[in-house]
Amino acid sequence: MREVAIVAFGQSDHVRDSAETSEVEMLMPVLHDVLAQTGLAARDIGFTCSGSSDYLAGRAFSFTMALDGVGAWPPISESHVEMDGAWALYEAWVKLLTGEAETALVYAYGKSSPGDVREVLTRQLDPYYVAPLWPDSVALAALQAQALIDAELTDERELAGIAARSRADAETNPHAQLRGAVPAGEHLVAPLRTSDCPPIGDGAAAVVLAAGDTARRLTDRPAWIRGLDHRIEAHSLGVRDLTDSPSTRLAAERAGAFERPVDTAELHAPFTSQEVVLRRALKLDAPDCTVRINPSGGALAAHPVMAAGLIRLGEAAARIQSGASGRALAHATSGPCLQQNLVAVLEGE
Amino acid sequence: MSKEPVAVIGIGQTRHVAARRDVSLAGLVREAARRALDDAQLTWADIDAVVIGKAPDFFEGLMMPELYLADALGAVGKPMLRVHTAGSVGGSTALVAANLVAARVHRTVLTLAFEKQSESNAMWGLSLPVPFQQPLLAGAGGFFAPHIRAYMRRTGAPDTIGSLVAYKDRRNALKNPYAHLHEKDLTLEKVQASPMLWDPIRYSETCPSSDGACAMILTDRTGAARAPHPAAWVHGGAMRSEPTLFAGKDFVSPQAGKDCAADVYRQAGITDPRRQIDAVEMYVPFSWYEPMWLENLGFAEEGEGWKLTESGVTELDGALPVNPSGGVLSTNPIGASGMIRFAEAALQVRGQAGDHQVDGARRALGHAYGGGSQFFAMWLVGADTPAG
Repeated sequence: MREVAIVAFGQSDHVRDSAETSEVEMLMPVLHDVLAQTGLAARDIGFTCSGSSDYLAGRAFSFTMALDGVGAWPPISESHVEMDGAWALYEAWVKLLTGEAETALVYAYGKSSPGDVREVLTRQLDPYYVAPLWPDSVALAALQAQALIDAELTDERELAGIAARSRADAETNPHAQLRGAVPAGEHLVAPLRTSDCPPIGDGAAAVVLAAGDTARRLTDRPAWIRGLDHRIEAHSLGVRDLTDSPSTRLAAERAGAFERPVDTAELHAPFTSQEVVLRRALKLDAPDCTVRINPSGGALAAHPVMAAGLIRLGEAAARIQSGASGRALAHATSGPCLQQNLVAVLEGE
Repeated sequence: MSKEPVAVIGIGQTRHVAARRDVSLAGLVREAARRALDDAQLTWADIDAVVIGKAPDFFEGLMMPELYLADALGAVGKPMLRVHTAGSVGGSTALVAANLVAARVHRTVLTLAFEKQSESNAMWGLSLPVPFQQPLLAGAGGFFAPHIRAYMRRTGAPDTIGSLVAYKDRRNALKNPYAHLHEKDLTLEKVQASPMLWDPIRYSETCPSSDGACAMILTDRTGAARAPHPAAWVHGGAMRSEPTLFAGKDFVSPQAGKDCAADVYRQAGITDPRRQIDAVEMYVPFSWYEPMWLENLGFAEEGEGWKLTESGVTELDGALPVNPSGGVLSTNPIGASGMIRFAEAALQVRGQAGDHQVDGARRALGHAYGGGSQFFAMWLVGADTPAG
């Protein structure tokens, strides 16, 4: 299989409300950042792919304006997934594997501030039986958290510990929205407290992918994608065991995550309880496990919907590129209660 | 590095109608997928991954429908991708699926595109007000009409050309059991006398709003060898995009469309598209886009496209049949429309297009576009396994 690497990663500062900037304005500096890191211009890129959601923007074809910002002239080879940017990266990775492109620009963005994101996300649910009841994303995550507590797989104290660790780690992440000591807060939807939930925010991220020797030319330290896979589960919460994530486990297996230990894991767990599920699925829970989980602070420190998964891949790649990690796992999720999951394994040379 | 050749071995469509009140969204997509599996004589277990596409989520009021549709499409435990590239999405979706096979990431992939427009109102789904931006002028017709007028001015085409296209496509649709519009008593005079909607576009020169889905099974060389029916082989496929609005944009013949076609022809070894391609399924939502795209896709010199249409070359029995299925003018479940073009092109080279079969079709082009004529997706399929 052709070698493909992440050679550059950039992200915006994530903020609660970016009313002063449009999506394109939010994205442009990030695009310029990753292109500058590689010395490429938009016209040099072999394939471009983005991830975003019309429902966050509140209008159809919201991604078309972002494309204008990319500067698609002369015309470019380009595509878009109505998903988290991690899946845009997957599409770009496949494109590079076919040999039809040497480089790819992948970007994602999401502004949650214009609407009520908890209500907006209810529109992802079964439109006939569930969505009309408007069960919001925090309530659904709380169901999952309660299932874990009932199964004695975690308790509120452990969840608080995850929140504290994540936000302490975010102290050194200049892009994070929430940093430093954060009080556990009141129950938002029991058993989840405010600290168990992600901040609502706006942000963007971008990466550049390159194949083989092109990657080596563009950077001294490519973060090679050794495996990449994603899997989806049934939609209805009633037919799933919410304390487990078989799709994450299968994706990790297919990506080769279990072949050798990783030292870093960037997990897209917007809720503390979901980290518990993911750690179990990814076998990161052994007592002697030394894997560094979410050194960036994770989605609890910044959660721009549609970009947060791509950021996990970017943060993992950045650890490889800086030499802080030799083999890292990155994970992205989509849908209610971890319905769909993507796992990548990244390594240095 | 060599790519795996990609074969289309299963095709399924729903019967397209204004409103499928008898099925849910899940029921609709499953119907098309089931038919594609039957065509390929495969079961859900044979599918390694699912790639779906549709136009904006606002059309059904459902955000990221792949989540809800995972069960209906047998995707549980599998990879599932959701593509959205505006009106070209049906084509892009098929190309993303084809790349999974070409890259040898998966062997057999189900790809499907759909729209259930009756769940809401597509015109207003396209017309949500955005502060400080030009509205889409109440649907797509208002956006495209001035560009058609520009084409007429530029080429001196007589104002009867659009009605010829509409009359041809609607007659072709009578031979296609899956087509939405079956206007048995339509005459050219009736098309020309239909109400003017967005000058110069008349009512009978516009696409309908349809409910429908289209599915294909794509596989590798081994999968094709086992298939019960002839395969259509992908000889070339490409996507191109350009910005929506800028001073240098040619709305009549966008550069992205020209570049996309050139890329596909290069891959497929096509040097004279007019003579080497036997049938074209072209995205023509408003009748005048047939002569416009004939030029954009290299079938006619600039300014000459309307002459091909006028001379009957694009009729079902002409030298270059365009939209033998009846096209988007007869069937338009928006998100699926591009994939229907791709699938109908494949049906032609498999010799399975039924009453609208083009005799001896060996190579066919499927074409889709979207946005403000800014997104293009095309593939060229052939009856022969690609060389190399």
